[in-house]
Amino acid sequence: MVDDRPATAPDPGSPPGANGWRQEYWKKNLRLMVVLLSIWFVVSFVCGILLIEQLNKIVIAGFPLGLWFAQQGAIYTFIILILVYTLRMDRLDDEYGVAERDEEGKRL
Amino acid sequence: MSDIQIWSLVFVGVSFAVYLYIAWRSRVKETAGFYVAGQGVPAVANGAAVAADWMSAASFISMAGLIAFMGSDGSVYLMGWTGGYVLLALLLAPYLRKWGKFTVPEFVGDRYSEYVRLIAAVAAIIVSFTYVVGQMRGGGIVFSRFLDLSIEGGVVVAAIVIFMYAVLGGMKGITWTQVAQYTVMIVAYLIPAWTIAQKMTGFPVPQVTFGQILAELDALSEQFGLAAYTEAFAARPQIDVFLVTMSLMIGTAGLPHVIVRFYTTKSVRGARFSAFWALVFIGLLYTTAPAVGAFTKLNLMESVNGVAVDALPAWVGNWQATELVTVADGATTITTLSNDPTSGADLIVNNDILVLATPEIAGLPAPIVGLVAAGGLAAAMSTAAGLLLVISSSVSHDLYFRVVKKEASESQRLLVGRIAMGLAVVVAIYGGINPPAYVAQVVAFAFGLAASTFFPILVLGIFWKRANAVGAASGMIVGLVFTATYMIYTLEVFGTPANEHVWGISPEGIGTIGALVNLIVTVVVSKLTRPPSEHVQEMVEEIRYPARRVAARVSETE
Repeated sequence: MVDDRPATAPDPGSPPGANGWRQEYWKKNLRLMVVLLSIWFVVSFVCGILLIEQLNKIVIAGFPLGLWFAQQGAIYTFIILILVYTLRMDRLDDEYGVAERDEEGKRL
Repeated sequence: MSDIQIWSLVFVGVSFAVYLYIAWRSRVKETAGFYVAGQGVPAVANGAAVAADWMSAASFISMAGLIAFMGSDGSVYLMGWTGGYVLLALLLAPYLRKWGKFTVPEFVGDRYSEYVRLIAAVAAIIVSFTYVVGQMRGGGIVFSRFLDLSIEGGVVVAAIVIFMYAVLGGMKGITWTQVAQYTVMIVAYLIPAWTIAQKMTGFPVPQVTFGQILAELDALSEQFGLAAYTEAFAARPQIDVFLVTMSLMIGTAGLPHVIVRFYTTKSVRGARFSAFWALVFIGLLYTTAPAVGAFTKLNLMESVNGVAVDALPAWVGNWQATELVTVADGATTITTLSNDPTSGADLIVNNDILVLATPEIAGLPAPIVGLVAAGGLAAAMSTAAGLLLVISSSVSHDLYFRVVKKEASESQRLLVGRIAMGLAVVVAIYGGINPPAYVAQVVAFAFGLAASTFFPILVLGIFWKRANAVGAASGMIVGLVFTATYMIYTLEVFGTPANEHVWGISPEGIGTIGALVNLIVTVVVSKLTRPPSEHVQEMVEEIRYPARRVAARVSETE
């Protein structure tokens, strides 16, 4: 049941080589990571610090927008980013059959 | 005894009894339980434990006060101390959990080499000690105000309780105690915040409503001779705000006592979800803190604005006893306010008391004041316990058994771990009584050091197979020495004179540069020396995948 590197069951569409799926999984993981970290940088460093003075000219419900990003918005975004990461990685693990499961096949 | 002291005693006493009971119920006899709680903690509980472990006296006691006085620039703490979890979740937690042993130096030892492990163990001890001193001080402040003890006495009482349950229970006991402590802490933080929001804006969700008072706060701040509350870069130059935020983020992701909490989950997936739950629980307090800061600042200024010195509200007198609030000699009415003792303002208020004094300043009833005291102690103690565990495991596991005695039995290991913890407590008590700087500064130290030593070599260790032992060792040492040198140069530590900041970079922000230096040195030196062995490269490859591949899934995708 465990199939790590033998070439007996290569993935459809995977690049040649026995460990093609590994590279593919890792690449998808890295791509997801780069996208999420870019958003992380934009909401905190760009909106909350670099452009804070410009954004502060917009005031919503009493909050200057730049200050709102720095003191509220960035934190909400961080929480969502981690949630998106965990859910997408669950899907990726399943897609490549590398999720940890107990004897009955349930997720750990 | 006043009502406030009686209620503080009740809440503190009841919560301490609960912590000790939990520690007793979950006491351990084997090292796996002692260090990583047998790796069976559910993700939500682990998230709450991470949150308690993580949110220290600095988060609970100091942060809202710092934001109140720094205004917009106080955001460095909010973004810095939460954004680190994104790095932790995406770059470290799942991979370190997959590799799955006891300590951070141990990963470094396996990934690089034994002598790099020793450097990491020493760095972990330095970072954790620096941090635990801040916690002891925080505990001391709470006791000295609410229980009528001296700060010294408070530090000793807190240390004894922490020692008892940390030694008995190890990580397993700490985990469940920390879940209880998170609950106490968050209830103690939210109840006064909701009440104040309701009182001042008519709607009990402070996150939504504190915008309403910002304009008023700006105007009143200027009247008191301070910068407008919402004005950016009034307290720090822009470059420093950037660097401090980054330094706190990568420091968070590099703190050994936080990382080790991700070893306690059942699975890699559990580690990812723990990070999510941790940030949800932390976010609850962190999105409330700027509101508490704003409301309390407004309340504080309104309650003393133009008031004669002999007619000041009661909380001023209560806190004057601890010398954390002072009225200038010769002042007759209050027209200026500051947190800086050298500013010459009529009223000086120390950052560290604001949260504890919030309910009093807002005129909330005594039970709520007592509850906040219990919350502050929960915050200080849960973090101190986690830190002591790291010190204990670094000394016993990474130094003693890897170097001195390799064939030690389980019971010998536990004994040495507990002795190390006892010694650590004694040193921490001394540090708490004679702190090298105030709470938030001491904590910033720990972060800068964690950022400049651990974070780069951990991330490179996972994402760059070519990183080798010589590279990591040089990177860590150069990063640590560089950062510590700049901090000692710019701060008054143990009596050294404080020098001017270079290019406006504060000692809190230097960790970012230190980490960058570490990264560059590690990469360059690795490139110049031999690549790591096949075996190590294979290990790095292995930790990238949560489990071995199951063939059954392949046929489904066909």
